[in-house]
This record gives sequence, C-alpha cells and structure tokens, in this order.
Amino acid sequence: MSRVFRWVYLGLIYAFLYVPIAVLVVYSFNSSKYSTNWQGFTLKWYGQLVSDSPLREAFVNSLVIAFASSVCATILGTLAAFAFYRYRFVGRKVLYTFIYIVMMSPDIVMGISLLMFFVTLGLATGALTLLIAHITFCLPFVVVTVYSRISGLDRSIIDVAKDLGANEMQVFRHVVMPLLMPAIIAGWLLSFTLSLDDVVVSFFTTGPSFDILPLRIYSMVRLGIKPEINALSTVMFALSLVTVTVAHLVTKEKT
Amino acid sequence: MERQPIVSLKEVTKRFDDVVAVDSLSLDIYQGEFLTLLGPSGCGKTTVLRLIAGFETLTSGEIYMNGARLNGTPPNKRNVNTVFQSYALFPHMNVFDNIAFGLRMKKCEEGLVRRQVGEALEIVKMSGLENRMPHQLSGGQQQRVAMARAIVNKPQVLLLDEPLSALDYRLRQEMEIELKRIHRQLGITFVFVTHDQEEAISMSDRIAVMNRGAIEQVGTPIEIYEEPENMFVARFVGEINVFDGVVREVNNGGATVEIQGRLFPVQNRKNLGPGRAVKVLLRPEDIQVAIEGEWTEGEPYLAGSVEEVIYKGKTVDLVVRLDNKESINVTQFFNEDQENVIYREGQRVHVNWLYGWEVVLPS
Ligand SMILES: Nc1ncnc2c1ncn2[C@@H]1O[C@H](COP(=O)(O)OP(=O)(O)OP(=O)(O)O)[C@@H](O)[C@H]1O
Ligand SMILES: [Mg+2]
Repeated sequence: MSRVFRWVYLGLIYAFLYVPIAVLVVYSFNSSKYSTNWQGFTLKWYGQLVSDSPLREAFVNSLVIAFASSVCATILGTLAAFAFYRYRFVGRKVLYTFIYIVMMSPDIVMGISLLMFFVTLGLATGALTLLIAHITFCLPFVVVTVYSRISGLDRSIIDVAKDLGANEMQVFRHVVMPLLMPAIIAGWLLSFTLSLDDVVVSFFTTGPSFDILPLRIYSMVRLGIKPEINALSTVMFALSLVTVTVAHLVTKEKT
Repeated sequence: MERQPIVSLKEVTKRFDDVVAVDSLSLDIYQGEFLTLLGPSGCGKTTVLRLIAGFETLTSGEIYMNGARLNGTPPNKRNVNTVFQSYALFPHMNVFDNIAFGLRMKKCEEGLVRRQVGEALEIVKMSGLENRMPHQLSGGQQQRVAMARAIVNKPQVLLLDEPLSALDYRLRQEMEIELKRIHRQLGITFVFVTHDQEEAISMSDRIAVMNRGAIEQVGTPIEIYEEPENMFVARFVGEINVFDGVVREVNNGGATVEIQGRLFPVQNRKNLGPGRAVKVLLRPEDIQVAIEGEWTEGEPYLAGSVEEVIYKGKTVDLVVRLDNKESINVTQFFNEDQENVIYREGQRVHVNWLYGWEVVLPS
C-alpha cells in the first residue's frame, strides 16, 4: 500500500515538473497556428526558425557569448579556487564569503549595478559589456564547484609531488588539474547554460546592436506566443538536457 | 672506514606561532644507517622530517647535506625522498605511473623509466600489478607502491614517517622485515619515524629518542634500552622499575646505595658522591626473585609478597608488592634446570639483582 503511494507521490512531483515542458515540446510539432488544438504533425516551425535570420543571428550571438564567458569564467574561477586552497592569506574566509554573496545576489541588482559601472567607465553597452557581465555572474559558480572538490584533496599529495621533483607548475599540471577536471568541466557547463539563458542581467548590459536569443524571445513573446517560440524553446531545452547529462556523467566518473 | 655524516642538523629550531615544535636540535645522520626518531605524539618527529625534506622553513639553525648548507632549498631540489604516513598515492594514476612520476619529472627517457620502475617494483615485490589503480590495492600494497615511488629516484636519504602505523599487527611485522631487507639491499640512509618503541628497537641501527622538540638520547637500541641516560628515556623505552635511594659510600667504580633501609652495591658510572639522592632503575627481566628462605648467603634483598602471577608461555610475569607498599614488575624466564618454579599469589618473596645490571641516575 505504502509502496503504491510512494510511486503515485513521485509520479505527481515529476508530472508537476515535466508536464509543461512536454506540452511545449508536443505543440512545437503541431501544425495548427493556435496552440490550443492538435491538427497533425509538422516540422515547419523548425523550418521557419532556420529561415528567420535575425533570430539565427541572435542564436549565434548567444552561443558565442556563452562559450566565451564560460571559458573565461572557468579559467579565472579555477585559478581562484586553487589560490583559496593553496595559500593561507589574511581575509581568505571573508573573500570566499563575498563569492557567495555575488552568487546569491538578485539578478536585477547585478544587472543594474553592472550597467552603472559601465556607464561610469564610459563604456557603450554591447558585446563587450555583455561578455564582462556574463563572466561576472558565472565566476562564483565555477569557484564554488571547483573549490568544493579541491578542498577534498589530500594535501600530502601535493607535498609528495614536490618531493618527487615537481615544480609548482608541474604540480598543477600533472596532479591538481587532472584531479579537478570533472569539477572544472562541470563548472564550465554550468556557466555555459547560465549564460545561455540569462535574461535579466543581459537586458541591462547589452545594447541594441547586439541581440541575444533570450532577449529576442522575450520581445517576440510580447506579441503573443507563436509556434516558432515553442520550437525554439524545444531546441534550447534539448541543448540544456545534453549539457546537464554530460556534466552529470563527467562528475560521476572517477571520483 | 671513516663515516661522514650525510645529513647534519645544527641547533635546528622550528616555531609555529607560539608552539616550539623543534627546539635547538642537533643530530648527525650517517651514510647508510637506519636511524629512528622515537618519541611520543606531538614531540616534533614529523616536523624534523619535514625540515629535512624542505617542506618547512627553519626558524633558526642549519641543515647540511653532504657538507652543503640546505636552508632555503625547495623540496624538489633535494636528493631526499619521503614516504608519507597516509601513502598519498596519486589517485588518478595507476601503479606504474605513480612510481614513474619522479623519473618523468626529471625528464628521463621513457625506456629508462620502464626499466627502473620494473626494478623498483621487483624490490618491493609488486611486479605484475603495474596497471592497478591505487583504490584497487590493499593497505599493505599501497605501502609498497609508496616505497617504490620514493626509492625509484635513488635518493641518498629516504625519510619514512610512521609508514607502518596504518597496518594491522601481522602485516606490520611482515613489513618491518621487508623494510629491513630493502634497506640492506639499497644501502641508502633511512630516517624512520615511529612512536612504537618495539618497532624502533627491532629495526634500527641507531635510535634518537625525542621529547618536546629535543633529543633526549641517541644510541644503539642496546644502549638506549640498557643504559638510558635519563628518566624520560628509561620510562619511554620499555617497562622499568624505579627505586629511590641515597648514595652512602663510594669506592672505585662502584657505590653503595641505601634503598628502603638496605644497602645495595651498584656501579657508579656517573660518579655520584655520598649523600646524593638517586634513582635505581631495573628492567623487569633483570630482577631476581626467590621464595622467602631460599637465599642463604647474606646478600641484600627487598622483601614483599606476590600480588599477581601472569604466565606467558616462555616467561612468567609477577607483580610483587614490596613491604613499603610499592609494587614492582618482574619477568622470570623458564629454563630447563629450574622448571618447577611455581609462584602463588600471596606468597612471600625476596627480590634483588646482579651487581651491574642496574642503572643509577641522579634524582
Ligand atoms: N603546521 C603546523 N602549524 C602549527 N603547529 C604545528 C604544525 N605542525 C606541527 N605543529 C605542532 O608542532 C608540534 C610537533 O608536531 P609534529 O607533527 O612534528 O609531532 P609528531 O612527533 O610527528 O607527532 P605524531 O606522533 O602525533 O605524528 C605539535 O605540537 C604540533 O601541534
Ligand atoms: Mg607525526
């Protein structure tokens, strides 16, 4: 009896989580222009996506920004995590707490403060400011992901490597890096998805010259939900599904 | 052959904030010897090793290796390797790569690496397990890999920080013998750290007994055991009985000490003068026991009664409560011509010892 109840309960939770997405995916293949009734299978909305050139451009821009910002955030974040681990300096704890503060602070606050920062510097908003903004909000996630793994490392492993003749650089390359790889990849994928679907911070920090996908969708939706949007959302959902799966596999492997 | 110290510690001090971990310690370590640092937990043994390996910087003092000053030389530039207590194998590398690490850092050519790793594996008897990952090895096997990883670099000095403490009793005894064999086979200097006095005595050429960051005594296991220089060494290395006494008379080389109202002749190596309060130390196995009334000659003795009898096969351990209420431990060996020694609890006995078997220290 209680087992049946458990399955029903679990089923309800997953239904709550995934039914909306399933509906969206199903309607993206619906040939009716109005999303309320099913009129047969079609791929034409996907076709329209491909031929919509401003949308395509925004999509490419998004990928470029997501890739560049996640790579930068990963490199900077990994080095920062290593520094937090390797060196004892005054204010280490306080600094680490600040990392969490950035992570927790509302997007809207980040967006506005970054905008003010760029205005103060006299930077015109566009691709560069957007990139900087994305690096900023991705960085803490990388630091936290990598640090949580690095702090579980046996410190004497680093001592052993030095004892066996490795210099600081070799220790990092041959010992620390390989052991951190799963966390680094996870941090990178996390940054990539965060960057790809950010709306709020991007809204404040990019200019009219540089459109990205989430903002483009946002403006399209204001005129009513069109079936192309369903198709586009399905593509994006598939993309994040892949990244999450890869992240999961990579972090699960060799721990 | 004149033996040169290979490592020399001169007045070495290491302070961590307000803790003095090593306190003005001097020690010469010779080429090819098996030297053990023995001492209680927290006395600074690990710190001494870490100073020699270069993981810690000296607060003051000097360390020499082959006559050259080492202060400030980083660990990767010292011809010294360490086997850590936790083994610390690289978890992402198999046995072969773990052992090859040091050679590869030195950019050895790969053929040479393969040959030398093979030799090291043979020395630690692990051939055939090259492809295992560390988590697929037992504790004893990990220990062997950690050894091989260090010795493959052919260091002049191998530092071992309690390498056996994580192993169970049987495995530990096996590894003690293995370690001695490897030491003989390689002929390099071993500096071994332990807080287990039996391990130290059975393995070492020399033992340095440490206490609170300083060395109390350095000597061969026999010297440390038979002739402790102070109470700390005497108490730390094995069981010992302590009698309080006063020197009454001095004659050439010897003295008479009064213990519990009786006069005992003792050797007087430290030339203690009459009236001096002393402690007379005796290992349990150096004390003789006789059932009251058995000794006919007028030898001095202390009287008491047997409180506990513990048979241990080859020996029998007695706890004797002396008449002044102090209790002492006595170990008697069985031998062929004396097989019917049977002690009962409550039995009256006399104890004494042979002249010269005691150690006399000033109080
Ligand atoms: N990095 C450090 N920072 C502060 N204090 C330290 C540090 N390393 C050691 N100490 C202190 O120095 C003293 C000696 O430590 P050490 O590790 O050398 O002892 P040990 O003889 O190896 O003990 P054990 O047998 O428990 O391993 C201890 O009081 C210890 O607390
Ligand atoms: Mg220690």
